Amino acid sequence: MAEVKNKTNLSCTVNGRVSDNIVSDSLLLADFLRETLGLTGTKIGCDGGECGCCTVLIDNAPQHACLTLAAKCNGKAIETIESLSEESRLSAIQRGFNEKLGAQCGFCTPGMVMAAEGLLRTNPDPNEQEIRAGLAANICRCTGYVKIIEAVQSAADELKMSGQAL
Amino acid sequence: MNEIKPSKSIGIRKSLVDGPEKVSGKAKYSSDFMPIGCLVGRIFRSPVAHAEIIKVDIEEAKLLPGVKAVITGDETDEPFGILPIARFEFPLARDKVRYRGEPVACVAAIDVETAQKAIDLIKFKYKELPAYFTSKDAMAEGTVDLHDHRPRNIEREVDFELGEVDKGLSDADFVIEESFNCAEVCQVQSEPHAAIAEYDAEREFITVRASTQVPYYDHLMLAKVLKMDEAQIRVVKPFVGGGFGCRTESLNVTLICALVARAANGTVGLTVSREETFITHRGRPETDIEMRIGVKKDGTITAVDYTAIQRGGAYSGYGVVTILYSGGLLFGLYDLTAVRYKGFRVLTNTPPPGAMRGHGITNVRYAFEALLDKIATKLKIDAIEIRRKNLLKGPNYETLNEMFINSYGLPECLDWVEKESQWNQRKGKMGKFRGLGVACGHYISGASKPVNWTGEPHATVHLKLDWDGSITILTGAPEIGQGSSTMTTQCAAEVLGLDMSRFQIITSDSKLTPKDNGSYSSRVTYMVGNAAIDAATNLKKILIEAAARKLDANPDDVECLGEYYSAGSQDEGLTFNEVVTAALEGTGTITVKGNFDTLPESWGTKKYRGGAISGSMAYAYAAQVVEVSVDPDTAEIKVEKVWAAQDVGKALNPLSVEGQIEGSVWMGMGQAISEGTLYHNGLGITNSMLDYRVPTIIESPPIEVGIIESIDPNGPFGAKEAGETSLIAFIPALTNAVADAIGVRPTDLPVTPDKLMELIEKNTKNENSVT
Repeated sequence: MAEVKNKTNLSCTVNGRVSDNIVSDSLLLADFLRETLGLTGTKIGCDGGECGCCTVLIDNAPQHACLTLAAKCNGKAIETIESLSEESRLSAIQRGFNEKLGAQCGFCTPGMVMAAEGLLRTNPDPNEQEIRAGLAANICRCTGYVKIIEAVQSAADELKMSGQAL
Repeated sequence: MNEIKPSKSIGIRKSLVDGPEKVSGKAKYSSDFMPIGCLVGRIFRSPVAHAEIIKVDIEEAKLLPGVKAVITGDETDEPFGILPIARFEFPLARDKVRYRGEPVACVAAIDVETAQKAIDLIKFKYKELPAYFTSKDAMAEGTVDLHDHRPRNIEREVDFELGEVDKGLSDADFVIEESFNCAEVCQVQSEPHAAIAEYDAEREFITVRASTQVPYYDHLMLAKVLKMDEAQIRVVKPFVGGGFGCRTESLNVTLICALVARAANGTVGLTVSREETFITHRGRPETDIEMRIGVKKDGTITAVDYTAIQRGGAYSGYGVVTILYSGGLLFGLYDLTAVRYKGFRVLTNTPPPGAMRGHGITNVRYAFEALLDKIATKLKIDAIEIRRKNLLKGPNYETLNEMFINSYGLPECLDWVEKESQWNQRKGKMGKFRGLGVACGHYISGASKPVNWTGEPHATVHLKLDWDGSITILTGAPEIGQGSSTMTTQCAAEVLGLDMSRFQIITSDSKLTPKDNGSYSSRVTYMVGNAAIDAATNLKKILIEAAARKLDANPDDVECLGEYYSAGSQDEGLTFNEVVTAALEGTGTITVKGNFDTLPESWGTKKYRGGAISGSMAYAYAAQVVEVSVDPDTAEIKVEKVWAAQDVGKALNPLSVEGQIEGSVWMGMGQAISEGTLYHNGLGITNSMLDYRVPTIIESPPIEVGIIESIDPNGPFGAKEAGETSLIAFIPALTNAVADAIGVRPTDLPVTPDKLMELIEKNTKNENSVT
């Protein structure tokens, strides 16, 4: 029988900063971010993989932090909602959500914004169907999604106009 | 000198004043507070639906290293509840458990693993009792009463007749009746219930932060169950991830958190799971409705006779109010001359529902509008025309139950949806499996009767003006995502003619902000908006007087232009900051306040017991057209498009109003086509967001919003309710559209593919047997 290990060295980057930690094998990435690193922007809204509030980017791809073991993120680049505002200015997607009222209570918003970030990085000019598909793993109970779709469209337009790509 | 005009804040699309915090992840919700040394709370819940408690043995759990406190129902013998007449629920069960998942004990430990281990060590001994999961079973002869003081498990029976119903029915050319069943639905707000309580043993003082819509009711209930002086309790509402009524009464989670923090002499965070949030749902009760409507050949309604039975769960909560709304709010939408209502609120061994968005009237309105549509089809009257036929003779109308309607934009709502949906060109010509349906709804703008007989106004807002020239709004009104902080800021800014950036707002901190009853019954815009206007008007008066002193002019001659005050074209005038300095000279920082009170004539009727429920200063109105397609193979309904018109009085913030209406429509869609709880022997089996089936972005339809502004004479700048009415109208508009698409009328909610397929098959069989 192999020896049961219950701690792992985790070396990854979180929001561009190197993070070296010893973590329990059972620690979820969502809890690692929130409790170990204090990055409470990532929210937990369900008991696992239902709501998408905990969506973060792992190597550019949107993932549920509540379905990811922290220990599995060794060598990976993790990005959370806190990484998007530069010098406390909102990013284009954040501005879209703010100005178009894509956020009402705001609890699903960090996950929504990160899912949109992941979408626009791979598809800078999504049509409405592609936006819906890109955000299909995220549940919002306030908006009815109309203004979330507008927020992402507006961010994509802004990025296109300014010639920036995510 | 440059002319400086006052800015305008009302009627303009404004993003939320707390939007940047929300989109950047900086907004802190209750579970985001994790101070060093914070203990973790965990609840032990009843594994059975109905039992006498023999013993809750916590001795072993208490001895586990890392456990700081374990509490049971022995911790407090003070019951809690939103209604003084129905307080018989304890934070932790005593003597009996009455639903599966009812809290029995709570552990506070150094971490979640230890807390769970301690939970596993608790030994719960009980004697099972017969349990009732349907209203019918609970009301049957020979049942065991859940509560000794509620025989036959009837929490409240309502029975009234206004007008002559039997005469109305006999005068009718047609009487048509139907039975409806509406499944229990939950709010499923994004943020699970959470609280963090910090007990200061030195001062015997407790600070509680909680996800709540009613921090001041929490304050009262905390004092009650903790048996502490209210002054020794501080309640703070952080950011809250949605409400929709699930937090409109004090929840056991908050009270247990405070009790266990005191027992542990420390700080305890208690964040419950999504499953536990479903158990603590306070949603809309399962409702059975039987309704008869009598009509003349021309579509004029002569009488309505109906019964509503609500499965009320194990405790009352808002139940008495819900069953009363189901009667009182039938009035005020159409001109009704005779109504008989029988309502039964039943106690069952299921988690208690509460006051969900569209409280009390949603299911009854669904039945009424579905039946009206059936009548229109039978009489070959257009579905919009039959509604026009029965409009109130108003505004300035008094209903049979003495509701005063001062603004009534329903006719304009109907006009708007008729035109925008191209109703006249398209209705009945949509082809197979596609249809259009229409329905209406209305809702109150705050419950008018005072809830606390302490002499307090319905709303109070403070404005603090300081030497830096900034104004801080202090309001107890809980911002829960609906935009109340933005609305309050807009109202104050508009009166003072200042840009909204001059204001900061602090909400819901019992040691800082004036008391406010909370965010429920769509009261905040109407009541707190008016209080903000009053406060700003009072502040403006002070500023004008200060400017007059400084300018050596008569206050009546001073003109306030927001950033600039002048007393005629001759003088140079004063900047806002100069006026502030003049106003604070010799007196220092000032705080002014504004109040709002309802008019007694809006307090409802005395014609029947509980008639105060449904009395409001104003009612919002909605008409909606829904376009659906039905898959002939799977019977799945797709909502193709929605036209939603709502009379909101005045859209203070059209962006926010659209957001509220779109969200309402969408939540109505969930109830109409997919959402509903299911229990197996009292065990919730739909307690996740996937099993419960909330719609996702994929199913969400395009929604066109029509804002109708009837300018209510008493509303803040004419505004009324904006966040509930459109939910109510959606559900019948959808089922009416389904009837138009396939000729089959759903009666039971949600209209899932399996239910609809059954109806279609039954219909086909009937048609075949006829031919």
